[in-house]
Amino acid sequence: MNYNWHWKVLLEMEPGGTGTYLHYLLVGLLWTLATALAAWVIALAIGAAVGTLRTTPLKWAVRLGNLYVEIFRNIPLIVQMFLWFFVMPELVPQGLGDWIKQMPPPWGSYVPAVLCLGIFTSVRVAEQVRAGIQSLPRGQRLAGIAMGLTEAQTYNYVILPQSFRIILPPLTSEFMNIIKNSSVALTIGLLELTGRARAMQEFSFRVFEAFTAATVIYLLTNLAVVLLMRAVEKKVRVPGLIAAAATPQAGH
Amino acid sequence: MALLEIRNVTRRFGPLTAVDDVSLAVEAGEFFTLLGPSGCGKTTLLRMIAGFDLPDAGEILLEGADMADTPPEKRPIHTVFQSYALFPHMTVAQNIAFPLRMAGNAPEQISAKVRDALALVHLEAKGQQYPHELSGGQKQRVALARSLVSRPRVLLLDEPLGALDAKLREEMQIELIDMQREVGITFVFVTHSQNEALALSSRIAVMNAGRVEQLDEPSRLYGFPRNRFVADFIGKINLFNGEIVAVDGERVRLRVAGLGEIEARGAAGLRPGTPATLALRPEQVRLAAIGAALDLPNRHPGKVRDFLYIGDVTTYVIDLQNGQRMQALLPNSSPGRAKFFEVGDAVTAAWPAEAGVVLTE
Ligand SMILES: Nc1ncnc2c1ncn2[C@@H]1O[C@H](COP(=O)(O)OP(=O)(O)OP(=O)(O)O)[C@@H](O)[C@H]1O
Ligand SMILES: [Mg+2]
Repeated sequence: MNYNWHWKVLLEMEPGGTGTYLHYLLVGLLWTLATALAAWVIALAIGAAVGTLRTTPLKWAVRLGNLYVEIFRNIPLIVQMFLWFFVMPELVPQGLGDWIKQMPPPWGSYVPAVLCLGIFTSVRVAEQVRAGIQSLPRGQRLAGIAMGLTEAQTYNYVILPQSFRIILPPLTSEFMNIIKNSSVALTIGLLELTGRARAMQEFSFRVFEAFTAATVIYLLTNLAVVLLMRAVEKKVRVPGLIAAAATPQAGH
Repeated sequence: MALLEIRNVTRRFGPLTAVDDVSLAVEAGEFFTLLGPSGCGKTTLLRMIAGFDLPDAGEILLEGADMADTPPEKRPIHTVFQSYALFPHMTVAQNIAFPLRMAGNAPEQISAKVRDALALVHLEAKGQQYPHELSGGQKQRVALARSLVSRPRVLLLDEPLGALDAKLREEMQIELIDMQREVGITFVFVTHSQNEALALSSRIAVMNAGRVEQLDEPSRLYGFPRNRFVADFIGKINLFNGEIVAVDGERVRLRVAGLGEIEARGAAGLRPGTPATLALRPEQVRLAAIGAALDLPNRHPGKVRDFLYIGDVTTYVIDLQNGQRMQALLPNSSPGRAKFFEVGDAVTAAWPAEAGVVLTE
């Protein structure tokens, strides 16, 4: 390829006058992270609740959970993004809808983006949580109840601590997915990392530099996430538990 | 009043009646065993006592109070599972402390009780280890300690030794008896091993196809089985099917095709002309070389077909003249003496009139 790389462009001022292009991209990273983290909180909270409900003996809760999962799993992310941005303000009571529409940028795109990504990912978290809970031997739940625990206590102290340890690795990849998926928010005007790389390319006509820089920033961020999650896994690991879980326990 | 009472309890699964009109009472402090072949409904009955399942009919009472509306976590009844069901994310000490913590005990109290419980099951040194670092027998002990620590009124044990090898099993049997005496908690124990049941229990309910066939002390079950099923299920036994030909107070005479008449001890309800079975334990049979004098009323010639040397005893399999096969158990009391007879030897199998029981069911 015969291309004249011009990396110095990163140190040139961006037209908005806020600083260099590099600074401009890094602010984009902050928005990416702010979107991903806020969405992750929602995804974990709803995902854990829905995933757990789907393992309870409550029939209506299981059905409701299944419905939730089916709805949000089967609509493409970008469509969901548009629904949250354009349609949701029309569906809520008018006062609230107007307030949403009048939110100053970037909040007007940030809030729907966070809600959209959070709920989209919560479905995937819910599936992981359910699978994690169902992978535990049935005796664990009975043992809790046999010793006088309520159903809620059994989940709290026996079932969930074990399930979350088991599903920590898949949850890590879900978090990395949320970082990547946050780029879809550029379609509703959120200037996160990808959005800013595209803007930089439009201002500077340096498409390769802009997207190579964005790629490197994404890679470094995900590397940091992996290292962080590895530390978390190490901290909560029960010595030898994963190996022990792989050998099936005798059950009834 | 019995501590635990089962009254006419029935549980159906579709067309199958897993527990069929069972009634029994367990006294406080008993080591009570449900014994029966696989699928006879032992676990189903135990699950209903624990409250994990509800009877279709009948009542379960604890200290006279109906348990129907008491959910499992509210019953002062704990269960030890065959799979141990220890919590893998907690250490041994945390596992044992867990029910106490959940019940809101004070921390000092908890640690004292955990120490006692670890001592009870001889695992003082293992408190800080995780379950997967323990052997099967040790895990089972932790599971026991965890269920005993909060002093339930009744402890249910569903084949708790099933996953252990034979030697460990025997060790744990002895420990179970000791432990039960020490804590004084009522045990309801499930097994399909008759040896285990006989060794451990104060009383045994023998179950078959959802029903209780006989409920008795171990020695009575062994010595006086009520019907063919119990006789056959508990220990080894020879069954002679025939017809009662004479009843004379203490004695009855039974005609067995191809063998002639057998003299046996009488029992209530035996009438001439009715079919009956003599159940005879192998250790009640004597063997002698043909022609040797034997002062016993029942003598039948036969041939040694096989023998099984077990160390302290030898079991001989004898083919009788009518083609029936019977077993005789002879002690090898003189040292170095492995057997009295060889395969093919002609022998007389004999037994006294008091030996065995005549069954009509
Ligand atoms: N939930 C259920 N649904 C349908 N059938 C069941 C259910 N639970 C038990 N059964 C049936 O009821 C019968 C009794 O089962 P149970 O588990 O009580 O036997 P068990 O005596 O404990 O046998 P084992 O010694 O093999 O454990 C069996 O035929 C079993 O298949
Ligand atoms: Mg069973």
